[in-house]
This record gives sequence, structure tokens and C-alpha cells, in this order.
Amino acid sequence: MTATTDVSANQPVLIDVSALALLFETLREQGYTVVGPTVRDGAVVTAVLDSADQLPYGVGVETEAGRYRLRDRADRAAFAHSAGPQSWKNVLLPARTRRWSADRSPDGTMVVSGPDEPRRYALLGVRACDLAAIGVLDRVLAGGRHTDPVYAGRRDGNLIIAVECTEPGATCFCASMGTGPQCGAGFDLAMTELVDDDGHRFLVRAGTPAGAGILAALPGRPAGPASVGQARDAVAAAAARMGRTMPAVNLPGLLAANRQSPHWDDVASRCLTCGNCTMVCPTCFCTSTEDVTDLTGDHAERWQRWASCFDLDFSYLHGGSVRTSGQARYRQWISHKLGTWHDQFGMSGCVGCGRCIAWCPAGIDLTQEVDALAAAAAVTS
Amino acid sequence: MTTLAVWKFASCDGCQLSLLDCEDELLAVAGRVEIAHFLEATRAVEPGPYDVSLVEGSITTPEDAERIRHVREMSRVLVTLGACATAGGVQALRNFADIDEFRSVVYARPDYVSTLATSTPIAAHVDVDYELHGCPIDRRQLLDLITSLLLGRRPDLPGHSVCFECKRRGSVCVVVAHGTPCLGPVTRAGCGAICPAYQRGCFGCFGPAETPNAAAQAGLLRATGMAEDDVVRAYRTYNAADPTFIELSRVMAGPAPGAGPGGTGQEET
Repeated sequence: MTATTDVSANQPVLIDVSALALLFETLREQGYTVVGPTVRDGAVVTAVLDSADQLPYGVGVETEAGRYRLRDRADRAAFAHSAGPQSWKNVLLPARTRRWSADRSPDGTMVVSGPDEPRRYALLGVRACDLAAIGVLDRVLAGGRHTDPVYAGRRDGNLIIAVECTEPGATCFCASMGTGPQCGAGFDLAMTELVDDDGHRFLVRAGTPAGAGILAALPGRPAGPASVGQARDAVAAAAARMGRTMPAVNLPGLLAANRQSPHWDDVASRCLTCGNCTMVCPTCFCTSTEDVTDLTGDHAERWQRWASCFDLDFSYLHGGSVRTSGQARYRQWISHKLGTWHDQFGMSGCVGCGRCIAWCPAGIDLTQEVDALAAAAAVTS
Repeated sequence: MTTLAVWKFASCDGCQLSLLDCEDELLAVAGRVEIAHFLEATRAVEPGPYDVSLVEGSITTPEDAERIRHVREMSRVLVTLGACATAGGVQALRNFADIDEFRSVVYARPDYVSTLATSTPIAAHVDVDYELHGCPIDRRQLLDLITSLLLGRRPDLPGHSVCFECKRRGSVCVVVAHGTPCLGPVTRAGCGAICPAYQRGCFGCFGPAETPNAAAQAGLLRATGMAEDDVVRAYRTYNAADPTFIELSRVMAGPAPGAGPGGTGQEET
């Protein structure tokens, strides 16, 4: 994990877009596998990238509740897109990973091997909301008494290259969650993309010695106050263009006081209980394990895979599932995300990335649901 | 050694071929079980009883309705394979039509054809221990089930939606990103979400997921441009006679995606 250090002495640097090729080369030389944004199947996804050429230059996105479309941009900006269907969870806590495998020897002894050796990942293009999400996962999966070995192994030695958001989507609300769009901490390098008549360039600042080391290898020039101001203004403008706002209410209190609200019937009438919201959520961390064996039973493996509170199996105890209705399952999800997460982890489970709004096939918008829940509570109280 | 029998009723043979399709694992399977009855693979037939019977196909004739009872009596564990055996298959479209009219149009000598008016799943006739869904079944699920039965562990047969597998696979949602109609949100997982991985909507060959929301799915399908008839047809394929799919095919309106709170969806978009 990235160490934090005082880098106030580090001055921001301007690099040209052409320097991204060298950035990739430098990262590779230092043993990193680069994961970043690229276009696949009509969306900006995160994938292992071999070169800067694979970045989504000139690609913008339009999002709405239950809707996501790519669009051509007038410029060649590489990071002018809001959150896609994947998050850094896909890298750090993959959908399916092997926890261990075991082989029975002919003499009856057991040979057990641990999780597969992870690679060292450089995460490129991490937004402020996603930095916050990684912070949440750190707290949940590596900050308690029981560390998740898969997550910790993949998180260890990460290099995080944040790119500040200058193009929020209609489903974004990080500003109202207090997580973005400016990147405060938790990165090794933070870049702000600038595209105008003066060229296509990035204002870069280092957050750690590791980041500073990478930056030193790139051809850069000291950034003047004009560029620094321009970058600051672009991010500030993004904060003002958020398409959604989380209502400024006491969320844990609202959810705890309205377990019996009639609004749960309303949302359940629209909810497919398909589980997409939990899968795209960058902080939904629940997993289950699945044991597989070969036909002889001499070789066994335990796999960890994403689970979801929208699955009946998730709450299956002896005798049946505890949360069978759509009402109960949606209420469980949003109550944990926005309410009891605070009790459990001392923070919100929601970072305002808007993925659950855009990638819900039914277009259910949790900011609207909170609004409606508060309105229903006001009527009945 | 565990004895295995494979039986065919009204079906296309595709599901039992999935067993032969387990190329890498087939010899291992053959080494762990005694294949006592599998006409697709060998004419050699051992007499029952059998430890495990895999049953493909639906019941469409009086003779088969009798034969499946005999198979059940000879089998310790009975597993049905595929949409025909679990829901009646595509041939259950007859359940919505006049079988005599079909017979008179299709056959030169309709009086030669002895058939029932309906195609029904195996479970409508005898007790079934496990069901593998799909058209065809997923061979990894078949192998996992055989392995589970041999070793006495619980098979991994999810009841949740295809969306779970689609997202785990890393596919881009064809509904949200392309506006393609997809039955994934109401369809049982198990196939590995193959169709959306090739940018096609799920066509529901695994049948209904555990708790489908008919109205929400109707709203989603209609928003992609499907007419009422299209919605009915979407459910009238391999699992046409599944009671839940029949129920879903009767719901034509629902909240459009993004309708928001209070969006009862009775109005059409």
C-alpha cells in the first residue's frame, strides 16, 4: 500500500500527452502491470493495458438512470468519461479468485497451496470517488482483525495514478458525498488533464516518493500558476456539474427510523432483484465461497466469488432465506450502504460514483429513493 | 462402482450430447462410473436398478408417460437435463394451440401419430431429485453435479439471475449500454452468461430465476422498443410452458427504466 509522506516541497509538473507512452514504459520497467480505461463493447472498461495507445482518446460518455452510451468528443481527451461498468474492485477483489487448492497424496497427507501470486498493479485513471472507494475497501478488507488475503495480496504494492474528474456524468454525485471530484490523498501521482489551444497536457503532482520517482522519469516542465489555476478551475467546475445530489439528511437516522416505510413497496415494484447494483458498486465487498473437486476427490479448490444481498442464497439459514421479498432485499442493501456501514466501519459505504444508478437495468436511483423515503417519512410523522 | 443411465424422451439429444462433449473429462467420468445405459454412446445395456439416471426430454406420448415411471422406479437419484425435461421444451408450444390442427397440417397421415395434447416436464409425472436447466444444459454444471453425487457434496446450482454471472464475467450490460432487449434479469444463472458476452440479449433458455419481477421486466423490454406480441414471444421459446414464464408473458406494462418513485408504470412510454 502507498505510504503517505510530506511532499509539499514537490512542485506540480506539466507533461505532454506524448509522455504517457514513456509513463507506460517506466511502469513496466518497474515491474507494474498497468490497469486503466479502454473501450470495449460500447463502454469504457478497466483492463490490463499494454500501451498508452489503448486509452479511450476522444471518447466521452452519456449516462442516465439505466442508460449508458459512448459519444465522440470534439477533442482527444483520454480521461473525459465518468464511471463505467467496472471499478477497481474488479482488480483488487476480482469476481472469482482461488483461495487455496489442496491435493491428497497417495500416503494420505494433504498438500495445500495458497492464493495465486498476484501481480503488482499500477492503477491508472483512478477518480476521487474511486480513491474513496479503495479507502473503504482498505478499511473493510484490510483494516480489521481479519484481513482478506486475496484483497491484501492484490492491494499490496499498488501504484495509484489518480486522474481528477473534469467531466462528471448525469448520474454522478461525489461532490455531495464529500469524496470528490478533487483528489486529496491516497494516490502516488495525481494528474489533471488539460486540452485546449495550448495543447493536450497533464498537470501532475506526486503524493508519495514512489510517485515522485516515476514523475522524475518523465519529460516535464514546472507548471506555472496559470496551468495550476486552470486545472483547479476545471475540477471546481466539475463539482458544480454533478448530475445528482444525495439529499443532505441524516442518512443513518432516516434509514433506521423507516424500516416499515410504505416506500419499500414502491421501490420493490421497480426492482428486478437482479443484483447489478451490488456488482458494479465499488465498495460492495460481500463474497461467498464455493468448493470444487475433481471426480476423484483427491484435488479440491476453494474459490471466492462476489455475492450479493439480492440473492436469496445470501440470507439462507437453516429452514430458508431470511430476506425473501424485494422490499427486504433493497432495504437491506441501501440501509447497509448508507446507514449501518457507519456503525460498522465508521464511514459511509457510498462514494457517489453513480454506477448503481447508470447500470441498474431498471434505472433505480438511490438518491431519488432517499428523497422519496424522506418525503414518505415526513408525511407519516 | 456407481452406475449411470441416460434416458431420452421428446428432445433433440443436445443435452445428452453435452456429456459426450466433456472431452477432457469424459475418460475420467468413464473411469469413475459404470455407464450402464446410454444408447447415444453404446448399444451395450446393463439391467437396472441404477444409482443415477440422467433424463433428457419431455413427456409427449402415453407410452412415455408410462416409461418415465419405470425409469423412476429403477433409479436411486433422478436428474432431469435441459429445458425439455424441466419445462416441456419448445415442443410445449403445442400447449397453447390445438394439437389436432397441428397434426392435420404437418403429417400426411395424422392417424399414424399417437401423441398427447401437451408436452410436460418430467417433474409433472415423477419425483425429480435435481434439475439442470438450459437449452442445452451447461456441461460444467453437469460435471459438477456428477462429481457432487459421487463425492457426496452439495452441487453449485444458483437460482439467482443471469446478471450475476454477466457482471462476474466482466461483460458490458447490453440493456444499459446498447438498448438491446435481454431476459437476463429474470432468467436463472448457470450458463456463464454466454449470450451477453457476445453482445446478444439473454433469451431465457435457463428458465426463470428465483424471484423475477414481471412488471419491471415488462417495462424494461417495452422501453427497448418491443411490442406486446414481442414480449409474449420472448417468453415462448424453450421454457414456454414454465408456469413462471407463462405468468411473465401475461404482463405487458411496467415502470419504464428510470421511472423513479411512484412510477407505477401503467402508462406506456
